[in-house]
Amino acid sequence: MKARVLIRPKEGILDPQGQTVERALPALGFHGASHVRIGRLVELELDDPEQLPAMCEKLLANPLIEDYEVELLDGGDSTNGAP
Amino acid sequence: MKFGVVRFPGSCDEVDALLACRRFGDAELLWHGDRDLRGADAVVIPGGFSYGDYLRAGAIARFSPVMEAVAAFAADGGPVLGICNGFQVLCEAGLLPGALLPNTSLRFVCRQVDVVVENADTSFTRACARGDLLSIPGKHTTGRYHAPADDLDRIEANGQVVLRYAPGENPNGAEHDIAGVVNEAGNVMGLMPHPEHAVDPLTGSTDGGKLFESLAAREPVLA
Repeated sequence: MKARVLIRPKEGILDPQGQTVERALPALGFHGASHVRIGRLVELELDDPEQLPAMCEKLLANPLIEDYEVELLDGGDSTNGAP
Repeated sequence: MKFGVVRFPGSCDEVDALLACRRFGDAELLWHGDRDLRGADAVVIPGGFSYGDYLRAGAIARFSPVMEAVAAFAADGGPVLGICNGFQVLCEAGLLPGALLPNTSLRFVCRQVDVVVENADTSFTRACARGDLLSIPGKHTTGRYHAPADDLDRIEANGQVVLRYAPGENPNGAEHDIAGVVNEAGNVMGLMPHPEHAVDPLTGSTDGGKLFESLAAREPVLA
């Protein structure tokens, strides 16, 4: 089973990377982009997808500062780690 | 008094930490694969880039064998001091509240910072007085202390904020200017600045020695 975990800074946490990219876009002539947030994508193959939530909580994301979304790619359901 | 200083692959300040400890007691290096602490009365988790800071700073190091021993030692009341990357490791391990985020500037900051001793009634600061200003170098990219609002209120109310950047000195955007915190029991401390680099007059300040001196003055609680 293939899966993707999308990890992003929690709402309300300052994301200076996102802010920097947001400021850079108009300088390149791209206008109208806002609320840029930068996260991380983890792709993995799993024997047991049921372990994925625990993997996310314990290692892939830090739930104090990050939200995550899990996407199972071989026709499975998606779950969301946001509260 | 014997200090154990943990060395992970990617640590880089463990030798300075070892030498700082040896000014105040015995000290030896522990390896990340060790499963016991070789009789250490206090443990120092030093700065650096354990496991390359892959994923998040400190995220991988917390799963090393030695950290199981450190967690058990801390649960028994043993003193544990995490410096910079060590602070990140202890937060990731859940031994300290909060987390460290990238500096607001996104830049590596390397300069002397003044920190105020907010709580001198800990094993780590008993050689100081409340309100003392310590001049200690800070050098990090991921030092912005963050905790959820409720947790911040609680650690402030409990006196767990031990060191705070002096006004205008916050190098990383840390919430409440927090430079160092202890756990609720008071036996685990983490701080971003590097006291081990401020123990010799040659480098301009000996203020960092106060933390090691405080620990050395502590009666060993474990036989």
